[in-house]
Amino acid sequence: MTSAVINETHPRGPRPSRLTAGRAGVYAFVVVSCLFFLMPLYIMVVTSFKTQDEIRMSQIFALPRNFTVAPWIEAWSSACTGVSCDGLKVGFVNSVTITVPAVILSILAGAILGYSLSLWRTKGSNLLFGLLLAGAFLPYQIFIYPLVRVYAYVSLYGTLFNIITVHVIFGLPVMTLLFRNYFASVPIELFKAARVDGAGFWRIFISIMLPLSTPMVIVAVILQVTGIWNDFLLGTVFAGQTHWPMTVQLNNIVNTTQGTRAYNVDMAATILTAAVPLIIYFVSGRWFVRGIAAGAVKG
Amino acid sequence: MATTEMEKHAVMAHRATSPDDASVSIRDLIIRYGAMTVLDRMSLDIGKGEFLVLLGPSGCGKSTLLNAIAGLLDISDGEIWISGRNVTWDEPKDRGIGMVFQSYALYPRMSVEDNMSFGLRIAGLPKKEVKERTAKAARILQLEQLLKRKPSELSGGQRQRVAIGRALVRNVDVFLFDEPLSNLDAKLRAELRIEIKRLHQDLGNTMIYVTHDQIEAMTLADRIAVMKGGVIQQLAPPHEVYNKPRNLFVAGFIGSPSMNFLKGRLAISGDDIAVGIGDLKIPMRAYERSGGDFVDGAEVVLGVRPEHIILGGASLGGEGGRRFWAPGKIEMVEPTGADTMIWSKLCGQSATIRVSADLGLHLGDAIEIGLDLGRASLFDAETGERL
Repeated sequence: MTSAVINETHPRGPRPSRLTAGRAGVYAFVVVSCLFFLMPLYIMVVTSFKTQDEIRMSQIFALPRNFTVAPWIEAWSSACTGVSCDGLKVGFVNSVTITVPAVILSILAGAILGYSLSLWRTKGSNLLFGLLLAGAFLPYQIFIYPLVRVYAYVSLYGTLFNIITVHVIFGLPVMTLLFRNYFASVPIELFKAARVDGAGFWRIFISIMLPLSTPMVIVAVILQVTGIWNDFLLGTVFAGQTHWPMTVQLNNIVNTTQGTRAYNVDMAATILTAAVPLIIYFVSGRWFVRGIAAGAVKG
Repeated sequence: MATTEMEKHAVMAHRATSPDDASVSIRDLIIRYGAMTVLDRMSLDIGKGEFLVLLGPSGCGKSTLLNAIAGLLDISDGEIWISGRNVTWDEPKDRGIGMVFQSYALYPRMSVEDNMSFGLRIAGLPKKEVKERTAKAARILQLEQLLKRKPSELSGGQRQRVAIGRALVRNVDVFLFDEPLSNLDAKLRAELRIEIKRLHQDLGNTMIYVTHDQIEAMTLADRIAVMKGGVIQQLAPPHEVYNKPRNLFVAGFIGSPSMNFLKGRLAISGDDIAVGIGDLKIPMRAYERSGGDFVDGAEVVLGVRPEHIILGGASLGGEGGRRFWAPGKIEMVEPTGADTMIWSKLCGQSATIRVSADLGLHLGDAIEIGLDLGRASLFDAETGERL
């Protein structure tokens, strides 16, 4: 074709793309690292569908020959977590009852605090925000013992209320930072217009600012759900035995020392525990990136 | 030029006898942020149905004054009266004002209709009345087709009309506009300017309008308050502000290209007053004095607008002492379409002349420059005050 000849000698139109050695190297690196990071997941999935006999053959990369879902059922309903043998389902229910209220409350508190700190500037609001920020950077291990003492003093230690409020408290600095920066990017004239229209503190928050902050709410939900669901330390310390979250139960299943190690059950239990944050990421990953980007551009 | 002196002189008591007579009355208003004083003892009365434009460069305190009238920022001292009521401590919603912002400030998640009716719904008005008032405002602003749309689906001009509608439904006495047209392109700005003017003629409300655009100020205002450094420099109808600026700042700020300033000295002999600029002696018989003291030898600035200078020759006559002729040379030609700007020198001081575009002038041409002294301004060079 004549045009192709012209294209090679005479630059015109889009620049032709060429596969260079460097580009090929990059692709190869990407593929290899993908395989490397996916390998543990692969091993976990195949192992969880194998029988104990098959596992003992030590072929961890092999696909299951006698496909079985028994380990999953055992992990969910009858694996022993210490004394009781009711499986992970108890932990799952506990985690849900902890996560749902803690997520809602911490986001609501962060949004209200961020809103009042950014738009209703009163004396000392900057100081308060600075202190909150400092709270976000202090390692929370140093708060644990004092908090245990405080809750014990008011006889609320080891209750559902205890673990939920602890999550709200520790979530507050980051949630406030997130919402304060977002609301600070909202044109101040919007706020002024609402005041001229006669809207008060709560009306402006509920009717105007909260609907505006949907992207931030989505980011906050993802951060908080994964953070609180994956939490182990606070759950162990504050939840009390009856409310131990799934992560603590998982630990108890995996670390049970009696008898032989049921690798297939352990793998199934681990995947079950990780499923919730995984699903959240897969479903909302797009929103997550968009929300972060929106905050970054505007903030 | 002693600008501080000039500003002090500009502090005027724009006071009616009682706050009840005015639609909006500012009394000794002071606004400070820490050590910085934005407005210093400002007093200003705005009549019922008046269209007042606050005009000034950015940072002159015009928006601060408007926000203070709206009750959107805390004042340090003074009183604000609206419609005969002291509203100094009132919330914005209780002041009987509607406000339109530069960025439109529409509620993004609400439809046009909900945007306009938001305030009424908060006030708990009956649904029927909310509907009626919104429909009326939509009719006036030709927004009826757009009521169900979201702000993001509107053009800039439509958005600003919705913002005006939001102020309109409140049935208030006073409208506040904070640079409402600055975000629009030139064509829309001209269109909406006419619409705002028509709205004022039809409704007869008091309107206070902040802008840095002198064309908006000249076309819309009943009176313009030219502000600088938190002080009103001149408060007068547009024609007077343009033709009899009170001081050098006002003279230089209004008009584009700006007024020519020629530095010189007063020469008084008997009844004859002249301004000496270099070798030239310009007789000021035709000048209408504004009350300043004429001292022989005092340094002055003679201000002449570019359109008050003509080209031609002494043969055209002195027009009874109004016209003063001097020779010059064309140093730059700037065609703008309707007019052409000529840059020249008068006794070594640069002068801009607005002439008809058809004259066919060329760089380097020798010209005769004719100043219209009857429309000139004379300022004290030290205080900047009009003489």
